[in-house]
Amino acid sequence: MSAPHTPDLLRFITCGSVDDGKSTLLGHLLYDAKLLRDDEMATLGDPPDFSRLLDGLALEREQGITIDVAYRYFSTATRDFIVADCPGHAQYTRNMATGASTASLALVLVDARKGVLTQTRRHSYICALLGIRRVVLAVNKMDVAGFEQKVFTAIEAEYRELAAKLGITDVTAIALSALEGDNLVARSPRMPWYRGPTLLEYLERVPVQHDATAAPMRLPVQWVNRSGQDFRGYAGTLASGKIAVGDAVVALPSARHTHVTHVFDGDRDIESASAGQAVTLTLADEIDIARGDVIAATHDAPEVADQFAAHILWMDEAPLLPGRLYFFQLGPASAIARVTAIRHRVDVDTQESLSATRLAMNEVGYVHLSLDHPIAFEPYVKNRVLGGFVLIDRQSFSTAACGTVDFALRRAGNIHWQALSVDRTTRAASMQQHPRCLWFTGLSGAGKSTIANQVEQRLHALGRHTYLLDGDNVRHGLNRDLGFTAEDRVENIRRVAEVARLMVDAGLIVLVSFISPFRDERRMARDLFGAGDFAEVFVDTPIELCEQRDPKGLYAKARAGELRNFTGVDSPYEPPLEPELHLHTEKESVDVLARRVVEFLER
Amino acid sequence: MPELSTLDRLEAESIHILREVAANFERPVLLYSVGKDSSVLLHLLLKAFAPAKPPMPMLHVDTTWKFREMIAFRDRRAAETGMDLIVHINPDGVRDGVGPFTHGASLHTEIMKTVALKQALDKYRFDAAIGGARRDEEKSRAKERVFSFRDAQHRWEPRRQRPELWNVYNTRVHTGESVRVFPLSNWTELDVWRYIAREHIPVVPLYFAAERPIVEHDGMLILRDDERMPLAAGEKVRMERVRFRTLGCYPLTGAVRSDATTLDAIIAEMRASRTTERQGRAIDHDPKSSMEAKKREGYF
Repeated sequence: MSAPHTPDLLRFITCGSVDDGKSTLLGHLLYDAKLLRDDEMATLGDPPDFSRLLDGLALEREQGITIDVAYRYFSTATRDFIVADCPGHAQYTRNMATGASTASLALVLVDARKGVLTQTRRHSYICALLGIRRVVLAVNKMDVAGFEQKVFTAIEAEYRELAAKLGITDVTAIALSALEGDNLVARSPRMPWYRGPTLLEYLERVPVQHDATAAPMRLPVQWVNRSGQDFRGYAGTLASGKIAVGDAVVALPSARHTHVTHVFDGDRDIESASAGQAVTLTLADEIDIARGDVIAATHDAPEVADQFAAHILWMDEAPLLPGRLYFFQLGPASAIARVTAIRHRVDVDTQESLSATRLAMNEVGYVHLSLDHPIAFEPYVKNRVLGGFVLIDRQSFSTAACGTVDFALRRAGNIHWQALSVDRTTRAASMQQHPRCLWFTGLSGAGKSTIANQVEQRLHALGRHTYLLDGDNVRHGLNRDLGFTAEDRVENIRRVAEVARLMVDAGLIVLVSFISPFRDERRMARDLFGAGDFAEVFVDTPIELCEQRDPKGLYAKARAGELRNFTGVDSPYEPPLEPELHLHTEKESVDVLARRVVEFLER
Repeated sequence: MPELSTLDRLEAESIHILREVAANFERPVLLYSVGKDSSVLLHLLLKAFAPAKPPMPMLHVDTTWKFREMIAFRDRRAAETGMDLIVHINPDGVRDGVGPFTHGASLHTEIMKTVALKQALDKYRFDAAIGGARRDEEKSRAKERVFSFRDAQHRWEPRRQRPELWNVYNTRVHTGESVRVFPLSNWTELDVWRYIAREHIPVVPLYFAAERPIVEHDGMLILRDDERMPLAAGEKVRMERVRFRTLGCYPLTGAVRSDATTLDAIIAEMRASRTTERQGRAIDHDPKSSMEAKKREGYF
C-alpha cells in the first residue's frame, strides 16, 4: 500500500429548501479545501458559480433546480467522504430518501433570513425516518443577516426543539456563508462570537457511526455457491456482528442449528470476519438454506414473523391502496405483501397524525403489513439491513415505497393453523369433486351471470356441489358498506375472494360473477388459491354490445352522468392477459359457452 | 478487529451488487472494456463467486480501433481466468469502413460503440449488463443509480429513475427491458488505483510510462498504433515518455507526459493531479451535457 494509514469513510447528505444554497455550499467548500480539479474549475465560470458543479442534468440547469441526488467524492488528509446532494422540492422527496438511506449524517441548510421552514421540517423528518441521528445545522447566508449572533441562536433553538421531537439526538449548529466562504474551511473574522468548529473541521472530526460489529451476528444469504461435488457455500454481506470458524449458528426461518466450518474472503480462507464484509461461509451440516434466509448467532437470533407494523414512505404515482398486493423486498428476502391497514398518515411537515384511507406520492404512513410467508427481521432502529424494505408494484415494477419495520404484530412461530381432523381433502373426497373457484370477469352486461347461472344448473344436474357468488347480491349484504371508489373496489374483491376461498375449502365449486375490472385485484384473488384451484373466465363482449343490451339501464345512466366510476365509461376495464377460458359472447350462444365451461371443469 | 477501511467497504459493496445481479437476472453479462475499471470489476467478480466460476460471460465491444496491447491483454486475461469471452464488432460499421479519421469521432463512437453495444445486448438478450462506470467521472454519471433502468430501446430516462434505498435493489424488468449495473459507482479514480495496488491486479501496460511513438494532434498526444492513422502536413511521429489515464480507441485517447512506471508512482501522480481523467477523451469534448445526451440514446 502506498498510503500509510487506511482512511475511514463518512457518508453524509446535504439537504435544505430551494435557494438555501446547498450546491453553492458544497462547491465552495471543495474549492476552499483545494479539492477541485482544473477542468472542473473551468466549468464554473468567472467569478465562479459554485452551484454549477453539481446540477448535472440538462433539465436541472435549465430550470435552476436540483431534481435528483448527486454524489460527490472527496478526501482530506484525515478522511474519505461521499456526499449526496439531495433535492429540496417536496415532489422529489423520494430522491432525497435515496440519498439519506446510505448516510450516517445530514447537513441541513437553513437560510438565516428565513429560519426553519416547512421544507426543513420535511427533510429532518425523512432523515429521522431513515435513521439519521446526527445533524449539522448550517445556518447559511449570515452575510446578508448582518452576522448577527441573535439571528443564529434563535434559529438554533428552534431547530433543536424540532430535532428533539424527531429523535435526532446530536445537533451541531454552525454559522456560515456559503457564498462568501465564512466558516467553511477558514474561521470567519466577521463572527467572533461563534466559537464552534468550521464546517470542514467538524466533518473531519465527527466520529463515524460505527457498524453494528458489537451487535449479534446476522448474515442475510444472497447466493448459494455450489462448486464441484462438495463445495456448498453461503454468500452474503455481514449485516452485523462478527463471525468466526467454529461459531454456533442458526438458519432462519427454518431454525436449523449448525456451526461454521470456513469463512472465505474471495478465495482466501480466513479465520473471521466482521460487519460490512462480503463473505462466503461453509457449515458443518447439510441444511437447506436458500437466498433470503438469514444465518444468525444461535445465542441471540432475530425474530421471524409475517406481520409487521412499519412506517412507509410512498414513492409511486399510483397511490397505495390497502388490500392490494405488492412485491416486498428486505435485503435478499422477497415476499408478497399486503398493507392490511393504514393506522394513520403522518403529515411530514407538521408531524401530526391524520387518518387516511390511501397514501399518495411522498406521503408517509404508519401501516400494518402482512406477508405471504414468514421472514427473519429486526426493528429498523436496531438493524438497518434487516429492518429496511421496499415495496414494488407488481405490474409496473416501479419501486412504490420504502419502509422501516417497527415491530412484529405477532410472531409467526406462535401461530399455527388449527390442525383440523377433517380437512379439505376429506371434504372434497366425500363430495367426489375437485373444489375450485371459477372467476367470471367482464364488463357490466357482458353476460357473466347468465353464463354462470347456466353453468351452475349443468353442474347441479351432474351432481356437483356448487355456489354462485354474484356481484350485485354480495353488495346487498356482506359488502353493502362499500362504494365504488378504487379503495372500495379492492376491498370488495378481497372479501369476495376470501369468502370463495372458505367455500372452496369447504369442498364446493364456487362460481364468482364479478366485473372485477383490475388485473391486480384478480391476481390478488388468484393468489389466495392453490395452483389449479382457480380459473379466470373472461366473458368477452364488446362494449357497444353491452351498451345495446344494457339489461339494468346502467350504461344509459352512466352516459347521462348520473353514475360515476362506471366500468367501461369513466373507469377502465383491464382485460385478462392469460385467462384459463376466453368466452366470446358475440360469436357463440350461452348454451355453447356454458357447456365449454363445464367441459373445462370435468376434464 | 480493526475498522474496515474505505477500500474494504467499497469492495464489499461491489461484491454485494455483483451477487445481486447473479441472483436476480437470467442473462447477465460483464461488459469488459479492458481498461483499469474493467480489470477491477473482473477481479471483484472472481472474488464474489470463488471458488466457483462466475455465472456470467464477459462481452467486449471491439471498435477495431483499440490499442493492440489492449486486445492482447484481453485475450490473455480471458485465458488466465477461464472466463467466457464474447467479442462483438458492428458488422455494418466494418462493411461501411467506419473509422474516426474518415467519419469523425462522434459518428465513429456512435456506430462502433453505442450501436454495436445495443446489437450485442439484443443478440444475446442480456437482461443485465455490468459496467465499470464511476460517479466521479462525470456530472450526469454522478446522478445515476447503481441499477440503472433501460427501456426496450436501451434509453435512460433521468427524470424517472427508480428510488434506490440502502443496498436493496429493485431488479425487476419486463421482457425486452434491461438494466445497466455499476458496481463501482462509489469508487474514485484514486480508489481504483489503490485497490489495483493492494490486490496486485494486472492492468494493460499502457497505463505505465514508457517511450512511445507520439503524434501531437488537435492538442492531444496520440499514440500512432498502426499505419491507418494519416499524418497531416507538419505532423511528425516522435518518441515521448508518456502513459494513459484512460484507454479507448487509440486515435481518440490522449496520453499524458509522465515518468510513472510503477503503481506507487501512478498513485502519487494522481494525488497531485489538477485535472480529471476524462480530459483525455476526445469524445467528451463535444457540446455540454454530451454524456447525458449519449446515455439517453443508449451509450453506456
